[in-house]
Amino acid sequence: MSAATIVSLPDQSTATIPKMNFLSKENGLLSWLLTGDHKRIATLYLISITFFFFIGGSLAGLIRLELLTPQTSLMAADTYNKVFTMHGVIMVFLFLVPSVPATIGNFVIPLMVGARDLALPKINLLSWYLYVIAGVMVIYTMAAGGVDTGWTFTSPLSTHYLNTHVISTGLAIFVAGFSSIFTGLNFIVTIHKMRAPGMTWFRLPLFVWSNYAASILMVLGTPVLAITLVLVVLERTVHIGVFDPAYGGDPILFQHLFWFYSHPAVYIMILPGMGVISEVVSTFSRKRVFGYTAVAFSSVAIAVFGFFVWAHHMFIMGISNYAALVFSLLTMLVAVPSAIKIFNWAFTLYKGSITFETPMLYAFGFMGLFTIGGMTGVFLGSTGTDIHLTETYFIVAHFHFVMVGGMLMAFLSGIHFWWPKWTGRMYPEKISQFAAVVTFIGFNFTFFPQFILGTLGMPRRYAAYPPEFQALNVFSTAGATILGVGYLLPILYLTWSLKYGEIAGNNPWQATGLEWQTQSPPLTENFPEIPIVDHEAYDYEWLERQQEKEVASVG
Amino acid sequence: MSEHNQQDQHNQHDEHDQEHHIVSPVIYGTILLALLIFTGLTVWMSFIDLGAWQIAPGLTLFWNPVVALAIACTKMTLVVLFFMHVKYTTKLTKLTVASGFFVFIVLIGMTMTDYFTRAWGRW
Amino acid sequence: MSDSTSTASGVIAEVHHEHPSYQRHHFETVDQQFDATNFAMWLFLLTEIMFFGGLFTAYMIMRNWYYPAFVEGSHQLNVGWGTANTAVLILSSFTMAMSVWSAEMRKKGMLILFLSLTWILGLAFLGIKSIEYHEKWVKHHVPGLHWSESSFLNPASDPEVYKEYHDKPLAPDMAQKTAEYFFLYFAMTGMHALHMIIGISLLTFMIFRARQGAYTTGHVTYVENFGLYWHFVDIVWIFLFPLLYLISRY
Repeated sequence: MSAATIVSLPDQSTATIPKMNFLSKENGLLSWLLTGDHKRIATLYLISITFFFFIGGSLAGLIRLELLTPQTSLMAADTYNKVFTMHGVIMVFLFLVPSVPATIGNFVIPLMVGARDLALPKINLLSWYLYVIAGVMVIYTMAAGGVDTGWTFTSPLSTHYLNTHVISTGLAIFVAGFSSIFTGLNFIVTIHKMRAPGMTWFRLPLFVWSNYAASILMVLGTPVLAITLVLVVLERTVHIGVFDPAYGGDPILFQHLFWFYSHPAVYIMILPGMGVISEVVSTFSRKRVFGYTAVAFSSVAIAVFGFFVWAHHMFIMGISNYAALVFSLLTMLVAVPSAIKIFNWAFTLYKGSITFETPMLYAFGFMGLFTIGGMTGVFLGSTGTDIHLTETYFIVAHFHFVMVGGMLMAFLSGIHFWWPKWTGRMYPEKISQFAAVVTFIGFNFTFFPQFILGTLGMPRRYAAYPPEFQALNVFSTAGATILGVGYLLPILYLTWSLKYGEIAGNNPWQATGLEWQTQSPPLTENFPEIPIVDHEAYDYEWLERQQEKEVASVG
Repeated sequence: MSEHNQQDQHNQHDEHDQEHHIVSPVIYGTILLALLIFTGLTVWMSFIDLGAWQIAPGLTLFWNPVVALAIACTKMTLVVLFFMHVKYTTKLTKLTVASGFFVFIVLIGMTMTDYFTRAWGRW
Repeated sequence: MSDSTSTASGVIAEVHHEHPSYQRHHFETVDQQFDATNFAMWLFLLTEIMFFGGLFTAYMIMRNWYYPAFVEGSHQLNVGWGTANTAVLILSSFTMAMSVWSAEMRKKGMLILFLSLTWILGLAFLGIKSIEYHEKWVKHHVPGLHWSESSFLNPASDPEVYKEYHDKPLAPDMAQKTAEYFFLYFAMTGMHALHMIIGISLLTFMIFRARQGAYTTGHVTYVENFGLYWHFVDIVWIFLFPLLYLISRY
């Protein structure tokens, strides 16, 4: 049973990539730069975000190198501030926010709903160009000297006390925000208006539900970030005074407006990842997701409740105790839908036929690490403990557990899961499983010590720290090295697989879902004819009947 | 095939009428008049002191801004329902508009929970 | 809807059916295209609601904290111009709604007329706004650029406003807060004016296209969706007017 696999590939001696597919349809740079095809745009996004991921990752390497010693040995404290700020800005806005939606979501959602493309292909392309412009602006900021406020731009530091490139970074994020808004807008319209005949809401794959919920957050939350950044730029240029007590303003107002977006932003980041996990857990347990309706509704519940809790990032900043009470209470509520999902995935696994291909390894990693990260969030949502834990390495560990142990693992799970559909080729299984395990080990060595450091009192965003914290920091840096290897390997073997990977065929995972019933890579128009859907999601019996029919008709 | 095309065109026109209810200029004119009247009303009321309601010591509700906002909300509702056709549109659009207002109110309202209670002191 | 034959796997094969030239290929019907783009415009308007929401939040807090400064600041705005502008925008919403009606009724001449009227009214709004902005500049009420608090420290020094409202002199720290009022005035009306400029630019393009007959063949999507945007900008002003001009004039 342990060596079992559900992979089912066509006979490699005769199999070929289909001649007509979205990659081969047209050639030349302009056919890519002016494309409306959601699959090409997803590919453009994949290349761009990988590029920024490695910049952000290198910055993380620099952080961990600096923290090997208690003194500021590698760089000045000001430089260190710039390094962690750029790491945060790039990883949050240029990697995590667009990661699953703009790559996997763009690619797979029209296929999953049975449409020929997203509702607004030109807006989709515009969203990619906005992303690239934002990326160029961030690179400019880095080259010009960087910004050192922390990715959260906390006022009054960012508005009044620093002379670094706050304005250009703020404008870059403004542009990136609109990229995100347009992606979300496109998804909502597509999911509402372009489902194939018979594809009712409750027959949709849960990946679609999760991206739908994340898109609501993108559309309603991101504009508030946009206006906040406009106000910061105005504050720094014209000294309008809304955030300056000397003029009668309030720095906390900035934080309210900033976190009104940035808390839903964390759900924008995690929800699509949860969607991936639903697909992967079902496929590799050969079982429909337990409690489909609960998982679907919990995605929307996370989105809705996510709007009510933002001030839990501000407990120590000077908000009134009564407001802290309200927000703390609501924060406890928002944890519930996330927990519901974990329970449902666990019950999906129960009595399933589980196999351990790479996407499933990443999914297991997600479930364990996201649970730990999420539970530590409860410590932070409770005002009493938060006062001691906030702005320490406990917070750093908490969000890295959910964002890296959670979201990044889900992203990698999804990339591996849909890779055969995207490229027509399989990645090499053994080395990818190895990379997944290396990542898991490296991650735990890097970030678990940080929980301990946080409870011991080591503050975050400090280049120098008391010497008694050194041992755990060294441990963490060692883990980061392992983690780096784990992330480097997929780049290498996935690129290798483009030429030498096994031909995947339509449905190597024997998964349900409309995207698996068409060729790999898909045609530009996705389907030769629009399908009529007459089965529920995750209907493995339907899949079996399909396969029997195919065997019968070929024979 | 040509009969089919003719039917198609007819269908499209029918569906067009059904789904995209064409609002008559008479309604537009009525709404215009109402909006102008409400504008005049709100200007007039701003010159009159409407007093206040002492809910509790330190908690007073002044009527002028309440009335001004109520009139503005009424004008907005008329524009949304008639000029923007929301009265004649799908449930989805109505839900979308409502959710937009809801989140807007959450932004302002929940931010105010901090500002209104700061003066209440520590506990 | 289209010719169809069903195959063994339950999938319907569609014969390539005729569709209007303005229907994009990823949509199955014109109605789907209209519905989808209309819904997309509404979602975009939601983002605009939240975008302005941040400014309204800042306004609420500052007005609450510095009410006397806001009252005296708003006395410096001309109610006549403000009311005129409100009427102009409401009228332009009417002409815009009539443009949509004209497009739906396929009356090209009326469409061009009403779009042009909307365009003129939009420019009239901006014209009045620039008169007001100029007046603020002349009276040194532009914070950060051309600012003086003397009208608030000593209201009698501004006779035309003083004879209307007989404002009391503000204490120096409260007088300083009128800068917050004017800042928000310029930020909110400026952001609104920017949206007006974008709208008028799009209108210019639309009038040009309307004359080519683009919107009177049954393809009213562009006009209808632009109309939504225009009405939204009107609604923002419907709130800005009482909040900035009519704070307390008694």
